[in-house]
Order: sequence, then C-alpha cells, then structure tokens
Amino acid sequence: MRANYGYQDGSGAFFITIDSNLCTSCEDCVTICPSGVLEMITDDYDDVTAAVTEEHRKKIKYSCAECKPMELQPPLPCITACEPGAIEHSW
Amino acid sequence: MSTEYWRWKEYNWKDPESDWQQASVISAGVDVGSVSSQAVVMTDGELFAYSNMRTGSDSPESAENAMKWALEDTGMTLGDINYVVGTGYGRVNVPFADRAITEIACHGRGANYMYGPTVRTILDMGGQDCKAILVDERGKVQEFLMNDKCAAGTGRGMEVFADLLEISIEEIGDLSFDIDEEPEPVSSTCVIFAKSEATGLLRQGWPKNDVLAAYCSAMSDRVFALLERVGVQEDFAITGGIAKNAGVVRRLTKVMGVDALEPKHDTQIAGALGGALFAKALAEKEGKVRS
Amino acid sequence: MISIGIDMGAKNVKVVFLRDGEVISKSLVTAGLDTEGALKEALKQASQAADLDYREVPNITSTGAGRKDVPMARDYITEVGAAARGARFFFDDVRTVIDVGAEEGRGVRCDENGKVLDFVVNEKCAAGAGAFTESMARALEVPLEEFGPLSLESDREIPMNAQCAVFAESEVVSLVHAKTPKKDIARAVHDAIASRISSMVRRVGVEPSVALVGGLAYNVGFIDSLGRDLETELLIPPDPEYTAAIGAAVVAADRATATSEGGE
Repeated sequence: MRANYGYQDGSGAFFITIDSNLCTSCEDCVTICPSGVLEMITDDYDDVTAAVTEEHRKKIKYSCAECKPMELQPPLPCITACEPGAIEHSW
Repeated sequence: MSTEYWRWKEYNWKDPESDWQQASVISAGVDVGSVSSQAVVMTDGELFAYSNMRTGSDSPESAENAMKWALEDTGMTLGDINYVVGTGYGRVNVPFADRAITEIACHGRGANYMYGPTVRTILDMGGQDCKAILVDERGKVQEFLMNDKCAAGTGRGMEVFADLLEISIEEIGDLSFDIDEEPEPVSSTCVIFAKSEATGLLRQGWPKNDVLAAYCSAMSDRVFALLERVGVQEDFAITGGIAKNAGVVRRLTKVMGVDALEPKHDTQIAGALGGALFAKALAEKEGKVRS
Repeated sequence: MISIGIDMGAKNVKVVFLRDGEVISKSLVTAGLDTEGALKEALKQASQAADLDYREVPNITSTGAGRKDVPMARDYITEVGAAARGARFFFDDVRTVIDVGAEEGRGVRCDENGKVLDFVVNEKCAAGAGAFTESMARALEVPLEEFGPLSLESDREIPMNAQCAVFAESEVVSLVHAKTPKKDIARAVHDAIASRISSMVRRVGVEPSVALVGGLAYNVGFIDSLGRDLETELLIPPDPEYTAAIGAAVVAADRATATSEGGE
C-alpha cells in the first residue's frame, strides 16, 4: 500500500509517500531523520511499515525544513537511507 | 457564527424486514468524525440499522448516542453485538469498541460494499478532511492520500461559504447552477483569503449564486488535484458529505471526464459500514459469534 | 535629495518620504476595494506631512504585492529586497530579516553589504501570516492590540494541533469550553505561528543580527515566542510596518545618485 502523508494548502503540496510493499522494516529512516518525523507502525492490514507520525502529518513542510535548506538542496537522509526506495518526497 | 446553514439532516434507519435473532454474527462500526458521527449495525454482513448525527463536544458520548440511536426500536441492545470497530477522527474514543481501525481502511471496505467490487477510486470528503483512496476488488486499500491540515477542500471550507452567503448546504447544488455563465473560480485556495475575496466580489455586485459557483469551481479544482496525485482509475465513487453537494460533484466529474457511481445508501455511513464489515471478519476470526 | 518609497501591500498602502537619509513623513491607508484611491490618498497625506508634492519628486520606487500597479513610480523592487534594505537602514549589521505581514511571511538572508543571498516565502496560507493571529484574536474575543500582551501573561506551553487558521478557530473554541485560561490560549496561538515562521526562516539560515519587520512586529507576544524559538535577539525598527516602504525609498535615492545596483 502506498501511503501519502502530508497535505496540500495554498502554499503548495507537501507529501511524503511510503510504500509498505517495498518497506523492509529496517528502521534506518526512522533513526536517521533529525526531526523525528518517521516511526514504525502496524497498519490496518497487519503490515509493519515506516510511516510519518501523526504529529508531523499536518506540518510536514515545517518538519522537513531542516533537511531542505533553500540554497543547497542536498540529498535527503531518509531517502538515501532507504535501500528499497520506499520513500518519496513530493517537494 | 451561525451554525444553522450547513447542517445535514440527522436521522436513523432500520431494516423493517430483518429478524436479527436469526443472525450468526452481529457486528457494528462507529465512525466518530470531527463534524458528524455514524453508527452502522450489520447482521451477517448485511445492513441492519444505522444512524447519522452531529458530533457533540464529547467524542465518547457521541459514539454512545450514535449507537443508541441506531438501535432504537430494534429490540437489539449493545450486548447483542458480537464485535464493534471504532473508526474516524475520534476512533480511540469509542469506549465500547473492541478495536480501532483507521478511517482509510474502513472507507475502502465500506465503499466496496456500497458500490460493488468494480469501484477502484474513492473520494471522501468529511467535515475536516479530504481523502483519495484506491482499492482493489475486495475493498483493500492500494494507495491513499489524506489532507486534514487545510480547511480548503473540506466540508468546513464549504460551511464557511454557506454561512457567508447564507445558503443551506442542501441548496448549494441548485443555486450554484442557477447562473447565466460559469464564472472564473475563486483564485485563493486558502479559505480565509477566499472569504475576503468573495466578500469583495459581493460588494462589487456579484450575485450570490455566482460567488457560490466560483467557490464550488475552486473547490472541485482542488479536489481534482488531490485525485490526480493518486491517479484516477474507474470506477469512481464518492463518499462522505461531499457526495450530497451537487455544486461540487457535477463540476468535479466534468473536469475529471469520469462519472461517479450512483449511491444507493447514505454516503456518510461509508466509514462506519466498513468498520462493521471489519468487525464481522474479526468476530469470525476470534470466534465471537452467536451460534 | 528627496525620494519616496511606496509599499502596495495586500491590505494597506504605505508611503514614506526620505530626505538626505532621514524619514520626513509617512502615511498608511487601508487598500480596500479602491486601491488606486488608497494610493492617491496615502501619497497626498505623506506629501502634506512633508510639506512637499509627490508629483514633483522623480525618485519613486514601489514594492509590495501591488508594486507593478503604481503609475507614479519610476521603478520597483521586490518585497524581499525592500525588507532587507529597510532593516539595514536602521541596523547596519543585519544579516537575517524576517518580514511577517497580514498575508505573507518572508525570511531573507543578506551579506555584509546588504545584498540578498537567499530568501524563502510563506504565502497563500493564513496560518503562516498575520491573518492567523487576527482570526484567533477574534475567536477569543480579545482586541488585537491586547492579544500580544495577554500572551505574555502565560507561563504555560500548550501545543496547538491545528495548522490551519480555520481549524485553529475550532480548537480555540474547544479550549475555551475546557476552561483553559485565555492567556494560555493566547500564548499557544503565538507559539504556533512563531514555530511556523522560525521553521521557514531556518531554511535560509539564521545569521545574526536578526531583524523582525512587518505588521506582526508590533505584536509583543509574537516577538517573545519567535525570539524564544530562534534563540536569538530580534532587532525591531521603529514603525516596522513601514520598513519595506523605507527600503524602497532608500533604493529610489540610491538609483538617483548612482548608475549601478539598487540593492535588489
């Protein structure tokens, strides 16, 4: 299942997409995120997968700001850490 | 702030024919939303009774009231129900639920029951959120997207405009099409700024219906953007309060180029209905059945 | 050397007259539906206060959302440039400028000469600008000018769940029903918007000295919450709502004397 966490508002569309079919539950993304945005959950179909925490879903633009400076646009730690490529950012 | 203009009709329904005493499994789903709550009771996976009411200030109380109202005059009590699933924004606050399941999974399952196994893309808009859900033929979620951060594209956004224009929610469809020419959509996405924009239009002499049409148009554009993000596959169906708003639905299906399936049940019960179906499966799995 | 800066904001038109590096008059007129009328009125008022006629001043630069709709301006600069020049007019060691108005929030970083290096904008969402505090003050039934001071009376931190001005209004009403003291709610509101603004500004990097300008810089509650969140002192010029107009006036003067950059 592809889960799109985040929102769309007047200032843009900000979604982190996590595919539970690709996620291997290695938890590397959870550890590497400097802002505590990610956690492991058991979803409604009893799959263990990474997810964006409830707290961060509604302010994801701000939560991820630290890794998205205006100037440099470095590769994102969570995406780099995910070997199967289960994580995508829409912005 | 007036709250009378946007209230959906509250009511309950029960199947007049069903003899629930014969059922093997009685299951229920309770969906406590931020704006409305529903309780659905099923006997052996068939719709038996349900209620649809405004959520009060207390979630557990709303859950109990919805349940009580659904069971009214059925002779059934809460004790007769084998398994209850709580869902929705207040799902953790359904005190008598055996399990809480997300509204995403419940809407997928509920839409599958309501619209049949051909449904693949579901749009649900509730009081304070908007969801796009892709399901397979069993109603299992393949992809979802939920916005509950921004009021634009939610029932609440529509309420703000209904209040501003002093139009009841039921009238929105008809009035928004009672215009000479389809106006440009309101340019501000943000409800707060859109309201200022609309106030300006009214002062410039725009008729109410035109302002309403402009907002319905803007709302359908926003919803379309969300749907495009997950990709629309037919058949397409709509659940939640938004399905009752022809002003948005007709404009949306036009811009999508796809029709929405006709609902045969109250679209607001989809979440609770899905919950009741999950409850049935869990009851059978855990052996909590009547016979 | 006389120059005029005009800030055509979404809500208010601001006009500033500068003579030889000093502000000699300023005016503010609410834009409303007739922006052209508001502009003329603001120019008239500032002219009268300066004992001059704007029609005889060639050095006019405009800025703000409506900067291209100012026929009497010779040229225009972006809001980002105006905020930076305006802040440095008062504090010449400013490297980061935070500009929060009614409808937009901006973060600007500049070099030691005031040249803009990077900027970030929060726009089209009321939760990221002054419209948020205005809505919440209304929901709490507190006059806007009392809202900031009320927030300072609280020593309790309550995180807000809602990130939207419309949903926050419902949350405020719930907090009131739960008998939460108004001062604590006020503090929660100011902390919430300060958190959003500071996250945004961190994307350009926060380098001292940091200045805060724009309409929300009058709000002591916001200043307190933002300063705490950024862990830095905030320099606030006098009349912060006019800072962008002053920046535009400075640029107008610069462009008259030199042939090169205007600091955009």
